[in-house]
Amino acid sequence: MMKTALEGLKVLDLSWSLNGLLMTKYLADHGAKVVWIESRVHLDVTRTNAPFRDGKIHPDHSALATTALTSRLSFGLNMTKPRARETIERLIKWADIMVESLRPGVLKKWGIDYEQVSQWKPELIMLSVSIYGQTGPRRGVSGWGYHTQGFQGLPYFTGWPDLPGVSVPLAFSDVSTPWLALSALMAALDYRRKTGKGQYIDFSQIEAALHFIPSYHLLDFCLNGQESEREGNHCDYACPHGVYPCQGDDRWCAITIFSDQEWEALCRAMGDPSWTKEKKFSTLRGRKAHEEELDACIEAWTRKLPPEKVMLLLQTSGVPCGVVQNCADLMDNDPQLKYRQYWWKLIRPGLGECAHPAWPVRLSKTPCELRPTPCFGEHTEYVCREFLNMGEQEINSLRKEDVLEFGY
Amino acid sequence: MESSLSEYQVLDLTDEKGYFCGKILGDLGANVIKIERPGGDIGRMNSPFYKNDCHPEKSLFWLTFNTSKRGITLNIETTDGREIFLKLLMKSDFVIESFPPGYLNRLGLNYEEMSRINPRLILVSIAPFGQKGPYSNFKTSDLVSMAMGGLLFITGYPDRPPVRIGVPQAYLLAASHGAAGAMIAHYYRERSGTGQQVDVSIQEAVTRALFMEPLFWDIEKFVIHRDGHYIKRYNLRQRELWECKDGLVFFRIFGGATGRRNKGLVEWIKEVGGSAGILESVDWDSLNLSRVSQEEYDTWEEGIEQFFKKQTVEKIKVEALKRNIIALFPCHTCKEIMKDEQLAQRNYWVDIEYPYLGTRIRYPGAPCKMSLTPWRVRPAPRIGEHNQEVYIHELGMSEAEYTELVQKGII
Repeated sequence: MMKTALEGLKVLDLSWSLNGLLMTKYLADHGAKVVWIESRVHLDVTRTNAPFRDGKIHPDHSALATTALTSRLSFGLNMTKPRARETIERLIKWADIMVESLRPGVLKKWGIDYEQVSQWKPELIMLSVSIYGQTGPRRGVSGWGYHTQGFQGLPYFTGWPDLPGVSVPLAFSDVSTPWLALSALMAALDYRRKTGKGQYIDFSQIEAALHFIPSYHLLDFCLNGQESEREGNHCDYACPHGVYPCQGDDRWCAITIFSDQEWEALCRAMGDPSWTKEKKFSTLRGRKAHEEELDACIEAWTRKLPPEKVMLLLQTSGVPCGVVQNCADLMDNDPQLKYRQYWWKLIRPGLGECAHPAWPVRLSKTPCELRPTPCFGEHTEYVCREFLNMGEQEINSLRKEDVLEFGY
Repeated sequence: MESSLSEYQVLDLTDEKGYFCGKILGDLGANVIKIERPGGDIGRMNSPFYKNDCHPEKSLFWLTFNTSKRGITLNIETTDGREIFLKLLMKSDFVIESFPPGYLNRLGLNYEEMSRINPRLILVSIAPFGQKGPYSNFKTSDLVSMAMGGLLFITGYPDRPPVRIGVPQAYLLAASHGAAGAMIAHYYRERSGTGQQVDVSIQEAVTRALFMEPLFWDIEKFVIHRDGHYIKRYNLRQRELWECKDGLVFFRIFGGATGRRNKGLVEWIKEVGGSAGILESVDWDSLNLSRVSQEEYDTWEEGIEQFFKKQTVEKIKVEALKRNIIALFPCHTCKEIMKDEQLAQRNYWVDIEYPYLGTRIRYPGAPCKMSLTPWRVRPAPRIGEHNQEVYIHELGMSEAEYTELVQKGII
């Protein structure tokens, strides 16, 4: 009986940076064999980014790797060397899937674009990740998360009506969009199982990110001519709906009331203070009309309590409420994440034991299994011997020509 | 053109927490049947509405996330309704649901029961905090999920409360993980013959979006706070969102291998103003930001701030692309998104006719172009649009039976 969902699936990964790497990490953590090509010539951001333990900078010690590189095999290969292409060719013939996120045009320059590799292996499924896609006037333009976040226009929706909008302070499309491409990749694999045919998938981060605006705002604009505006934490059809200060430094809770039933439950949980009986607060419309006053009343109550207490009180009364958790809460205190074993403690050289996030999906029969993050080039020799059947002599000759790279 | 998943049937029982999951599988070609309660989903009353007309078949919210599905109505809480559901289940490959954990159990429809009838079944369950654990019975909303998942805390101005991303994200993140999980479980099923339950936590889907912030706590015991237009992950506090003449613009100075990409901006400033001041003296090719003091860094940002204030969104977009300034891009509004040349050239938009609305709706298209089995957006159904097709033609119900069930309010 197979223990993991993707046992036997072979993936060649030429991803650079997070979007592609997170996709192949999903596969690797669920049992696929993922051979990741990396090189000293252009070290991946997951090798060069802080934080480093005690500030000691070393490619094998970047903590960013813990979030993206688990369970894979690291293969050091210098693509600027002529003989690198023959090694890649053999890896392509070995693989079921090839994923890459290089700047559109680079693979063609190296002679390993889809046109070429599909001749070597017609049943290969190849997925290219880029910002704008492989065609159109902006093909070949590289960009970072800022292109997609700007393109999506999230800051126009996010923030307060009286101040300029704010950004989501991370490369959001890197972590919101890969799952769409992953679903498409798995569908292509199913098609291949039935027909024997491989195919090419051209994934554009921007085209995926537009589904997360969410796209009904685009429909609203096209059909009704309306652009949405910032309203802080408020909501047209729920009230109260906000973030309230609690006891402690920078401690907050979110409370959202969608029905009169939830409103009555909130009042009871607060001990039915007299202001809750005022007629103006008895309907959604009334509460929306007096929202500022209402928020102040609720705040006067939440301020006296720690946010965890507010959450437990309200949730046991049937009110959607949550602590505004910071990373310390998430990693050290959250009993739900602990129960679901969301953080895996794995040991990494230079970092010691550190936390690795699992996936928000749990497969009941074949759960993910995070294996340690490889050091740079850790599996170059292993992959040459086991997957490519290279002998000592061949490995040495590639080593001498600096085609293969073997670690720091 | 073929589609990849057309022989698989998906029963979609979700509410707004899971709509997107079925849409992804449907757009990939699966035969998705959206099961609504008689009268229609509650989510059909979510705004915005076509012509602002608050009508269950005019919700743009609902029409966005239920494309490529057929629609039937069924009350699974009744004995007859449950029987019909089990008949559908026998012929299905996936069920997607987002009920409160325990609800299906009370109907005698938990995973164990469903898999007894159909061992190959994959059940995708999307819930606020997953199926089990101390918070599994807690209720949620987008705001609460963003709070509990950790994304809310880092967004907003330092002197105001944390603020949500103004458009709901949590359910979309969870539903797309659900689709990926379903497809991974499907790969396993096709080789082992065994289905399983895919248990998705909306909270964790939000937490997974944080990729650096937890590391700073784990390694350095440093909690990252919200800082408005600024970001501080290393030694420097850096601005990433700026104001321009008619909008907002993203830009951040990167060092290392990316440092040289800043030169495009410096040259542009020089061309416009004759000089780029202090920015001209920076060695962009070997910029090591960890050796730059905050005071010095702030003087660079001052010059850039003044420059952006005089430029328009349109101009910044053109120059960023022309000069390949990798970390510069203006913020779009819906209007600018809709007229973007790149998307037009790639035939991104998909127009779908809705005769009953007397209009066509323009949808965002495929997030990826697949060479053999394209991602295809097909129409969203009206309430019970496919009742007769599914119940009579596919399940073999007689006209009389069907009419009786409609009259009893079960369909």
